[in-house]
Amino acid sequence: MREISVSLLVETISELCLEANLVLNADLYRALEKAVEEEESPVGKECLSNLVANADAARQNQLALCQDTGMVVVFAELGQEVRIVGGDFEAAITEGVRHGYEQGFFRCSVVNDPFLRENTSDNTPPVIYTRIVPGDTLRLTVVPKGFGSENMGAVQMLTPAEGKEGVKRFIVNTVLKAGANPCPPLIIGVGVGGTMEYAGLLAKKALLRPVGDKHPRSDLAELEDELLTAVNNLGIGPQGLGGRITALAVHLEVYPTHIAGLPCAVNLSCHSLRHKTKVL
Amino acid sequence: MSVITKVCLPLDPQQAETLTAGTPVRLYGSLYTARDAAHKRLVQCLAKGEDLPLSLKNELLYYVGPCPARPGRVIGSAGPTTSGRVDSYTPRLLAEGLRGMMGKGDRAPEVVESMKKYKAVYFTALGGAGAILAAKIKRAEVFAYPDLGPEAIYRLEVEDFPAVVAIDAFGNNLYREGREKYIRR
Ligand code: SF4
Repeated sequence: MREISVSLLVETISELCLEANLVLNADLYRALEKAVEEEESPVGKECLSNLVANADAARQNQLALCQDTGMVVVFAELGQEVRIVGGDFEAAITEGVRHGYEQGFFRCSVVNDPFLRENTSDNTPPVIYTRIVPGDTLRLTVVPKGFGSENMGAVQMLTPAEGKEGVKRFIVNTVLKAGANPCPPLIIGVGVGGTMEYAGLLAKKALLRPVGDKHPRSDLAELEDELLTAVNNLGIGPQGLGGRITALAVHLEVYPTHIAGLPCAVNLSCHSLRHKTKVL
Repeated sequence: MSVITKVCLPLDPQQAETLTAGTPVRLYGSLYTARDAAHKRLVQCLAKGEDLPLSLKNELLYYVGPCPARPGRVIGSAGPTTSGRVDSYTPRLLAEGLRGMMGKGDRAPEVVESMKKYKAVYFTALGGAGAILAAKIKRAEVFAYPDLGPEAIYRLEVEDFPAVVAIDAFGNNLYREGREKYIRR
């Protein structure tokens, strides 16, 4: 059994929180630069080039990319040959978030209860998904998720008869309803299949793919392209002020499902899609 | 893009009426921040017939919950949040003399109607550009409701703060007009 100490876990989560909020991933940075070239609306072009400038300013001045430093989602893939020693696994992840947010001077946006709504003042707890996988490593991904875009996501239990057309209609309507609120240009995560909550999880995981990478299955890659075109035809544009580029990418993930169902979830991310991964 | 208009804060009611949707502006002067929780308190305060902790007359409310300042800095990242979440409170505040608002995203029809009635203007700043917007904030102090943390009301002094008139005092709406130009049916 390989041992990993909770103190290493705390330190790693803290670092990932800091990096995710301060440094825009290179794939997204490039996608924004490309969008500046492609956008036809002058207002949209200016928004996009300011977003590139914002990423530079954040890195140089150690300022959060966005003041909404999000609620933290952590994906942990724990190798079954790893033993966590020295304390509680989830408590260590929570402690890492607390430490990272304090170190980074990031905004604490989490409230203790959906009805009581008292700020916990340290941005905890995070939302943690753990999978046990073969091997002797621990893979940690930290996703600080802003709620301007999280609020505009949706899940729909479609019928098998509605098929691909139903999925398309639902996604395009979700983006249309969202309008300017989720800070376009968007990255659109779509999960189809599984059960209601699993479709939502797939949609969130779809956001983590490098921006613009296509699904390896050609029929699904084609569907992603069709969806991207349909969404960009809406004309919402950068910041919702009109333009060609409403989304930078649509990422779709699928999973087997029940004979009676076609669950479909859309998880929207703003242009400030933040996630960092480290393997221990 | 059209020429950039300088706007001093608090707003001059006459100038507010001349700002048309789509006009890029640079803001100079003082404003107050308020998000969901602060709006709720302000409106509850009015409902009870109590005095507000601030006078809203000709003021601009910026919908933002900034990041805390690092030592030696004025403020952390400070871009706009979604305006729609305070739509239900806004008409009441406009009736108190609020002249301007700044956030991101479209407003409800009731808000636009009240804006027309009270001749108020709604600006949008670039969502997700909190790091560059922070540099335009020269002073920041907590003004009311400190217990709300990032949702407290701050008084900010801004200089050369970039924004665009999204909805003007006549109800013209840049979100609708902008989208109309680029939609492909
Ligand atoms: S939607 Fe994203 S970019 Fe916009 S304010 Fe929220 S976190 Fe920031």
